Amino acid sequence: ADVCTFGMFISKVDICAEEICVCLYEFYRSFKDYLHSHIPCRRRDVLVLTPWLAPIVWEGTFNRDILNAQYMQKKLVTGVVTFAVKKYVQFIEGFMSSANKYFLAGHQVIFYLFTDNPEQIPHIQMAPENHLFVIPVQNHSRWQDISMSRMDIISRYIRSQFQYEVHYLYSIDIDVQLFEHIGVEIIDALVGTISSWQYTARRESKSYETRTESQAAIPKGEGDFYYTASFYGGSVAEVYKLTRTCFKGVMKDRENGIEARWHDESHLNKYLLYHKPTRLLSPEYYWDEELSRPRIIQVKRMCSVRKNMLRTPGIPGSVMWAMLSCHVFLPLGFTII
Amino acid sequence: MISRKVVGSLVCLFVVTAFIWITAGNGKVHYLPYYLPCPEIFSMKLQYTEEKLVQLFPRLFYQQPRVLAPKRQDVLTVTPWLAPIIWEGTFNAEILDSAYRPLNLTVGVTAFAIGKYTRFVGRFLESAEKHFMKGYRVNYYIFTDNPETIPAVQLQPGRRLVIVPIKKYPSWQEISMRRMEAINKHIAETSHGEVDYLFCLDIDMVFYNAWGPETLGDIVAAIHPGYFNVPRSQFPYERRSSSAAHIPDGEGDFYYGGAVFGGLVKKVYEFTKTCHMTILTDKANGIMAAWQEESHLNRHFLSHKPSKVLSPEYLWDDRKPKPPEIHLIRFSTVDKDYKEIRD
Repeated sequence: ADVCTFGMFISKVDICAEEICVCLYEFYRSFKDYLHSHIPCRRRDVLVLTPWLAPIVWEGTFNRDILNAQYMQKKLVTGVVTFAVKKYVQFIEGFMSSANKYFLAGHQVIFYLFTDNPEQIPHIQMAPENHLFVIPVQNHSRWQDISMSRMDIISRYIRSQFQYEVHYLYSIDIDVQLFEHIGVEIIDALVGTISSWQYTARRESKSYETRTESQAAIPKGEGDFYYTASFYGGSVAEVYKLTRTCFKGVMKDRENGIEARWHDESHLNKYLLYHKPTRLLSPEYYWDEELSRPRIIQVKRMCSVRKNMLRTPGIPGSVMWAMLSCHVFLPLGFTII
Repeated sequence: MISRKVVGSLVCLFVVTAFIWITAGNGKVHYLPYYLPCPEIFSMKLQYTEEKLVQLFPRLFYQQPRVLAPKRQDVLTVTPWLAPIIWEGTFNAEILDSAYRPLNLTVGVTAFAIGKYTRFVGRFLESAEKHFMKGYRVNYYIFTDNPETIPAVQLQPGRRLVIVPIKKYPSWQEISMRRMEAINKHIAETSHGEVDYLFCLDIDMVFYNAWGPETLGDIVAAIHPGYFNVPRSQFPYERRSSSAAHIPDGEGDFYYGGAVFGGLVKKVYEFTKTCHMTILTDKANGIMAAWQEESHLNRHFLSHKPSKVLSPEYLWDDRKPKPPEIHLIRFSTVDKDYKEIRD
């Protein structure tokens, strides 16, 4: 090739200025190329590929433009299933407004909101390509029962309705808000999210169900990751199989008079151990607000919302300082004086 | 004259209907949920949206994967479009084997041994028997113009050799480029019913280490050994804009080698068809790409990105010194005198 490499540049120094300029430019370009080789900031600090070759999605491992181009070719529709039962209706507004802004923005999303109180739902402004279906559902007295019946409801509705309307389906807890874009990098056949509480834990200390009487029991010495039941999904067929198996496990346990340690999450973990996910989402995709953020979490895309206090996006700092000064600093100052 | 029996039964019918309507018509009607078993619909979805199989993994004991302990920190293991790049250490062969063995797959291999290249067939097949997809059913499709010169190699059970006679073209570049057409035709006529996955390999190469189910995927390409640590401006893409294989400056992910590519039979069929079309387009315009079908392959993989990428371990050139990133060489070229072989 006629590209002027660094070696050639040294020998051409004595030739006319124009050639030097061209050479310098070529050198600069290839050096720049080499430094920022078209792959963006690679992640060396975390595991990005599981031993069964499923990618783990972290910030810096993917280029959303390429994925968007691939996704657009296929004209896919994604569904989101979420449950707002009893007091959880207070989270609907925050979830829906942030999801409309950040969840698969620009792509067609159908939200299925299951609630026991359809009248209490506020009016929600939906993005033009998104739809919202409100489906009434029965509530239970115990929150554990509500949690576990989600699996049954999802599998029944997939069979009767969702399989005809969407290609991919995700189940997300309602008490969350999105702060960063969650895009098409989550779309795959079977997707699990690594729990933000347990990503460092060793197998023995993970919260797996260990009592062998339960259907959700994971034997000692087994287990890959601890997945959270707050965000999982995949293709409609795979989510159907997952929810059916999990609910069958719940019913069997009920018959035997036992309840898994973390309810439907334990059953989910058992399923995902023997039906390994084809893609994993890092804890960025569901971060528990009570945890302090470590360095490996560069972005918090979706966070749980404190139950007793709703996050109001941005009380201006100035107002905070004004309040603080009025009620704390000024009186303190006066008393000292 | 309507008989009394008929009148009586009609009156009875009317009375009963009226009775039912009065009693039950005002109350709410409950519909019992009726579950339709519909397995066909699910398989239809799987087929048309080209999903990956989620296999049932049996119980296995292996070291726990740790989120904060990546296995290979010196190389890129996932592409920006989230396709895995297969290096030694990134995968657990046992887990993958346990998932793929029960599927009863048949893997096909195509290789072209034309003219003097038939001398490489023996060593290729012998090494493949030792290292390529051990324990799986394999069909070797050797395309040749001289079937008598193909040696008889002892094959393991479940593996068979099929010799496909094809025409020899005058120049080696032409032979190389016509591979796409030949593979495409063969898939349409024969292989699509015989194999699940198909790999298209060069014949003048030898297997040195295991090549297993970690390489199976929808569309699989391998990184060329000469260009894996070099910036994209130095890739030998076809740079003339008059060619259909043109890749402009500033574009390109990797430089893929033309000696190894593969995937699902359906995908290889589509890919070889597209490549052959672009090759014919160039022919009509009187231009030949810089590296023949390899340039067209790279152009195709730029716009239709592979779902799995193999590291240069799977396509090595023995003339190069082994860098520290390459822990294991699995498939490599045989040293030969190019001038003598290519006539």
